[in-house]
Amino acid sequence: MKKLIAMCSVVCFGLLCAQAAKASGTVKIGGLFAVTGPAAFLGEPEKKTLEMLVNETNAKGGVNGIKLEAVIYDTGGDATKAVQLATKLIRDDKVAVIIGPSTTGESMAVIPVAEKEKIPLISCAAGIKITDPVKKWVFKTPANDHVAAEKILNHMAKQKQKTFALLTVTDGFGSSGREQIKTLAAQKGFKIVADEVYGPKDTDMTAQLTKIRGIKPDAIICWGTNPGPAVITKNVKQLGIKTPLYMSHGVASKKYIELAGADAAEGVMLPAGKLAVYTMLPQNDPQVKLLREYEQAYKKNFGVEASTFGGYAYDAFLLVAGALKKAGPNAEQIRNGIEQANKMVSISGVFTMSPKDHNGLNLSAFEMVRIVKGDWSLVK
Amino acid sequence: MKVREFLCKKRKIMQLEQILQYTFSGLSTGAIYALIGIGFSIIFNATGIINFAQGEFVMLGGMLTLFFLEVLKLPLWAAIPCAVAVSALAGLLFERLAIRPLRQPTPINLVIITIAGSILIRGLAMLLWGKDTHAIPPFTGDEPISIAGATILPQHIWILAITLLIIAVNKFFFFHTISGKAMRACSYNRRAAGLVGIDVRRMVLFSFVISSVLGSLAGIIVAPLTMTAYDVGIMLGLKGFCAAIIGGMSSGMATVVGGLILGVLESLGAGLISSGYKDAIAFIILLLILFIRPQGLFGKAESERV
Repeated sequence: MKKLIAMCSVVCFGLLCAQAAKASGTVKIGGLFAVTGPAAFLGEPEKKTLEMLVNETNAKGGVNGIKLEAVIYDTGGDATKAVQLATKLIRDDKVAVIIGPSTTGESMAVIPVAEKEKIPLISCAAGIKITDPVKKWVFKTPANDHVAAEKILNHMAKQKQKTFALLTVTDGFGSSGREQIKTLAAQKGFKIVADEVYGPKDTDMTAQLTKIRGIKPDAIICWGTNPGPAVITKNVKQLGIKTPLYMSHGVASKKYIELAGADAAEGVMLPAGKLAVYTMLPQNDPQVKLLREYEQAYKKNFGVEASTFGGYAYDAFLLVAGALKKAGPNAEQIRNGIEQANKMVSISGVFTMSPKDHNGLNLSAFEMVRIVKGDWSLVK
Repeated sequence: MKVREFLCKKRKIMQLEQILQYTFSGLSTGAIYALIGIGFSIIFNATGIINFAQGEFVMLGGMLTLFFLEVLKLPLWAAIPCAVAVSALAGLLFERLAIRPLRQPTPINLVIITIAGSILIRGLAMLLWGKDTHAIPPFTGDEPISIAGATILPQHIWILAITLLIIAVNKFFFFHTISGKAMRACSYNRRAAGLVGIDVRRMVLFSFVISSVLGSLAGIIVAPLTMTAYDVGIMLGLKGFCAAIIGGMSSGMATVVGGLILGVLESLGAGLISSGYKDAIAFIILLLILFIRPQGLFGKAESERV
């Protein structure tokens, strides 16, 4: 009986809150982030960024006088939990839009819920499957892997490199990157002379690299997230391979240089999000001002450097805020507003959405950088 | 014609160089497997159980060294003994708190306890040190050394040298000291050893301490090459287990050779067949040995153990 009363009062309280929220013109933004678990390096900065932005916006009087409220849940990187929490956000918390989840697996699991309930979902995961094919209610902010791959291949074309060896990790990120590089290479007339893989926990890749050394390609492209690429970078140095080494955007953080050692990482090239290199960008770059503001605000609030991953939540928030300003506060209006985003300057790039493109980023999302003396430098 | 001959010859040399490189890589990984494998066998011979927490001591070695280096700012030569000492203490506590209190220690109970212990140690390490991967500086420089077309790092030499040293010390301990002889006696026949006045429980404790020291040393010498994180112990532990199985659970040369064979086959397999099958090779060997020669590659049916 006691339980029943408790439950009733919780429900009543919930209803009251919902009522109160409507009355004062508040829009609820749901957040689904992997704050704990293996993907915590994504979820934690995303959660902090969203909270920081909501507080900032409310302090300035909201968007067009509409106050915002963030309801954030931790999925722990678990797809089943993400689906339950998405339903909870929509049914119980009555959010108008959901930002997240952090990983591709969770996003794919949550998509049917968002589509069925007609609530816009802005995923912070990179998998191309999320917005290809386009789903009416689903958007995503990280650039597709093939954009990064294309950036590398374009650079190689400029250097007149024709053949390359591919070394990819055997997880979701690696196999998706491998497929896309192969398709792009065929389109652009490159020849893949070695197609090697390694396990995410492998600690020695000299065998694969010895084979590659014997083939003598013009370049090596490695596609993975730490620590594998750092091991590969060390192995390349050990084997005395002088072939240019390209890494993916998956290691575009200082952690990679720290793990591989500045000495071994010297000369490695990779496409990086602009946040990592904003101090080196030309002043007329439209993103510079925003990147600086984000970096400084994040450091002030949390005492650590902002990461590209937090930037994904930043993009999503700006899309929502823009839609609120232009279109209006209910779910349908927000969805339409996001789809109409045009040349919106944000952290990951400049977004131009359309009914055919629910990611909205192009090659300008990345800058090619080279590692020089343990730091990034722009490749001209 | 001459050009073709020349090219053919050149290709052959290159292939030889490649095989040499695979072998070197394999030997150094194999040495690590061997050290971990010996740890498995020592505990197996003293208690009759497989200690699945062995891999976690490898992780502890690397992570503790890092802790002493980065947090307490000790130099490397001081950090390593400290890390080994703390790992040995962990091994001692593990035996005292998890293994010894068991009333009816059937092997299956003990094995499950070691699995639980490994999950616990890994979890604690994650809470203490986080989920990041960390690098440890090499002992002496990282300028590659070229040997007949293949290249190795100074750290590889350290690995091989330290492994050899440990095996020699091991041999001396088990054959020329009272404690070592007592441990061998326990492994032949526990009851008889007890009857002649050997404290069997103390020998079991010893075996855990020695194994954790070996495991942590393996973790320390390999960390500069492979880096370390809270979860490196799982795979290394399994590979060490394979090495011990190939060696027929002996804690002498057989397991060392088992580890080296495993390392070289993995490396050759990845280089000559396909890198996708690298881990599969290790486990196929494990299954084959278990099916065909459960007493180990070199063992007689009733082999001399310890």
